[in-house]
Amino acid sequence: MENNEKLTKKGTSRRGFLKGAGLTTAGTIVLQTGVLGKDGKKTEESKTVGPDPVTIEMKVNGKVRSLAVEPRSTLAEALRDKLQLTGTKVVCDRGSCSACTVWIDKSPVNACMTFAMDVGDREVTTVEGLAVDGQLHPIQEAFIDHDAMQCGYCTPGMIMSTAHLLEENPNPTLEDVKHATRGNYCRCGTYPHVFQATLAAAKKIK
Amino acid sequence: MEKKKIKMPYGITGDKISEVEREVPMNEPEGWPVNAELKHVGKRVKRLDAQAKVTGAAQYTSDIQLPGLLVGKMLLAAHPSAEIRAIDTSKAESLRGVYGIHMMQNEEGEEYPKVRYAGQPIVAVAATSEAIAEEAVAMIKVDYNTMPFVVDVEKAMDPEAPIVYEAPVEQTASEGGEEIESGLQLKGNVRGPNVGKPRGELEPGFASADVVLENTYRTQVQTHNALESHGMIVDWKPDGVTIYASTQGTQGVRNEFADLFELPRSKVRVVVEFMGGGFGAKHGLGTHGVAAGHLAKKTGRPVKMMATRKEEQISQGNRPNSIQYLKVGVKKNGELTAIEQKSHGTAGVGLGAGVGGVAQTMYTCPNFRTEQYDVFTHAGPGAAWRAPGAVQGIFGLEQILDELAEKIGMDPLALRDKVDPSKVRKVGRKVGAERFAWSRRKPAGSGTGVVKKGIGVAQSSWWRIHSTNATAEVKIFKDGAIEVRSGVQDIGTGTKTILAQVVAEELGITPEEIMVRIGDTLFPDAPGSGGSQVTASITPAARNAAYQVKRKLFDMVADQLEIDASELKAENGQVISTKDASKKMTFREALASMPVSQVSATESRTKEYAGEYLHWDLGSVQFVELNVDTETGMIKIDKVTAAHSCGRPINITQLESQINGGIIQGISYALYEDRILDRNTGHMVNHTLDTYKVPYAMDIPEIDIALMEDYNAKSSTDAYGIGEPSNIATAAAIANAVYNAIGVRIREIPITPAKVLAALGKA
Repeated sequence: MENNEKLTKKGTSRRGFLKGAGLTTAGTIVLQTGVLGKDGKKTEESKTVGPDPVTIEMKVNGKVRSLAVEPRSTLAEALRDKLQLTGTKVVCDRGSCSACTVWIDKSPVNACMTFAMDVGDREVTTVEGLAVDGQLHPIQEAFIDHDAMQCGYCTPGMIMSTAHLLEENPNPTLEDVKHATRGNYCRCGTYPHVFQATLAAAKKIK
Repeated sequence: MEKKKIKMPYGITGDKISEVEREVPMNEPEGWPVNAELKHVGKRVKRLDAQAKVTGAAQYTSDIQLPGLLVGKMLLAAHPSAEIRAIDTSKAESLRGVYGIHMMQNEEGEEYPKVRYAGQPIVAVAATSEAIAEEAVAMIKVDYNTMPFVVDVEKAMDPEAPIVYEAPVEQTASEGGEEIESGLQLKGNVRGPNVGKPRGELEPGFASADVVLENTYRTQVQTHNALESHGMIVDWKPDGVTIYASTQGTQGVRNEFADLFELPRSKVRVVVEFMGGGFGAKHGLGTHGVAAGHLAKKTGRPVKMMATRKEEQISQGNRPNSIQYLKVGVKKNGELTAIEQKSHGTAGVGLGAGVGGVAQTMYTCPNFRTEQYDVFTHAGPGAAWRAPGAVQGIFGLEQILDELAEKIGMDPLALRDKVDPSKVRKVGRKVGAERFAWSRRKPAGSGTGVVKKGIGVAQSSWWRIHSTNATAEVKIFKDGAIEVRSGVQDIGTGTKTILAQVVAEELGITPEEIMVRIGDTLFPDAPGSGGSQVTASITPAARNAAYQVKRKLFDMVADQLEIDASELKAENGQVISTKDASKKMTFREALASMPVSQVSATESRTKEYAGEYLHWDLGSVQFVELNVDTETGMIKIDKVTAAHSCGRPINITQLESQINGGIIQGISYALYEDRILDRNTGHMVNHTLDTYKVPYAMDIPEIDIALMEDYNAKSSTDAYGIGEPSNIATAAAIANAVYNAIGVRIREIPITPAKVLAALGKA
């Protein structure tokens, strides 16, 4: 039941929504505050917001933040422009490079493909929130040790993908690492060191 | 000038290293021994700014926000060739939040820009948000008088083809290392030829050959596709302009901006602390820097212009394609008798589509001719792209060499042993062949089964490029701080870290103790990251500045130790007498005893020390093992072994990072990438990241790197770059391996499954 509710709250995907609206400058959004009852009637009223900014609360890196976002804002835009969390990078802006990977309730998502307003009460973790009390996450340490970066622009996304892998699978194989980073685009071609770093971090955590 | 003699290592690891004496200016430091005897240079020192990169703290140009910042967007030409009759910006101007509009200009005095490719930037708008700027752009009405166009290089060569430029055009080369000859004639869309440096006579050369082969090789247009797009923020204040730029050349941006806006260079400051990839395309001000400058000047507010992904792919640079005809003669004993090369390529509306100097310079051959032509098309301009020209040229040269070897019954490596004068590639062939197990190579196409394995090799050459306009300052502070300052930028290669290593080695301290401040034209000038020149240019300057500041420090502390300054040395964090080990103090104590709070020395790159090179170029040998599925046409690269030289290696891990990257970009070039322009509309059809194919994690092979120390005793660090060299040989090695697998040669990249199946007669 809890899972179903979460799924509903995820709402419309950005791509789907924009396709429907036909414009990238979509102005308003229907805010679904409730779920449909068994008889198909809405259990609560929906209300229309936008195009002006709406103040929402969002739990980011352990703290609840209040921010004013236009309903059309993506999570990536909200993080970067409103919360100054610029570690989350926007490269392709269409879900094909994973540079904007953040976690929503510990699951990696493309922040460029998620509406800020669709986050709801779920928790967002960005690359800035991975270190705890100034102590780097083992994957961050390993990226430093193995030089798993060049220009560094894909690094936050790589970190979020590989850190998530280690949360799910403490004993990854090389193939597992490749699979976990299969959507992360790196033009500098740093992949071999990302693979090494992730395998080394897994060993270290053990 | 007074000179002194110093001893330096000379030779190659894996071969032999001797000592050579060089006469150098008096203020040069003593020669360093080989890396094995050094503490920080040639080691795996961790990247200094790695923590900023893994925590998201690193601020790139695209991340920077300023108070009152306006965001700019471009209107892009809707047609590939047109004259603009009128542009109506009135609606856009009256949109709330729009602050300024700038009309892009190609040539002096034109009212509207002439449109020469689809997607050409036409009008820039600055507004309070990206969304408003986009909305304003959509409100601008352009009245086009569309004209015929041509986007295909071969069609553009037809004398009847639509013309891109009516009159001959010139273009200055960037710091990226592309070759652009001036004063060449223009016939239709074809400009040239650039004839390089011909030698000997072709006809007698071919007549004396036992085998003569002629073939044509084709390479495609490849975009740079860096993660951070091109862009700048221009903050124009009354007392000066600050530009935050995603650039690979700080002083180049400053100089171009100062010239364009007629400002003294001292009033223009360019800053780039972190930048998200360039690969050759981010030299100079660019369309977005120009527009941001005009808009900032007009509006009085800082303006940020970052290219969209679409613009990045269309208007911000690409590697020109090539059609290369090669005719080469060889004797049965492997001697080359003549090389004839003729190439055509298009850099769209730009220049620089040659195939470089590799056919001319790499191998011993008495007779050589080349004719290299640029062909204009209605497409976005090319730009330097990691080893411009050489990457294309090697694709043809290293294949025809293999084809000749097969005809005369020689092993590909044996033929190269015969014709290649480079000592370092000779070592590279030997070391690489052993690590790769080259001896297992089977005759072409001899494998059975559906999936066929193939192995191949290719070599490359790149110039030893350095700039003497490269300056670094080293400052030591009474409180123990040590700082290196230079205008040089770090585009991801690890420049900050190697500067710290070099200075730490000289001062006898650790790299982690050193603060490196670079990427800012407030600091001394240094060259752009192009042509693999940065390491060769700035590390000697930094070492020499550290050497000078050390001598100043010695002069200040010698009296306290009651010895002569000339007998002091700095090592292991100490300042210590070379004669009496009891006469010493820690480096920090020495700094604390300075009578002033800071001391600094600034030095520039001295010219290369006089004396012979072991070999004139930077060489590499790359081996590739791959599988070809003969039913699907899919190619899977299993392994690449790469033997590389870059003089004295400074940071082994960072060099491996770069070599990995060069190889992966080479794989991408060989198998996946291809900019496709619709011949009916002139528009690029695959400008998104999901349609422009590049390799991702699942496509990455095992990479084994043999880094050769290659001492030539030419500067105080004797170091060179690896950026360009690592990217050159891969595609040719893959093509040779594909031939070895299937027994049919594919002379055109990308080698897609469709091309494999066609070659096998299965399409």
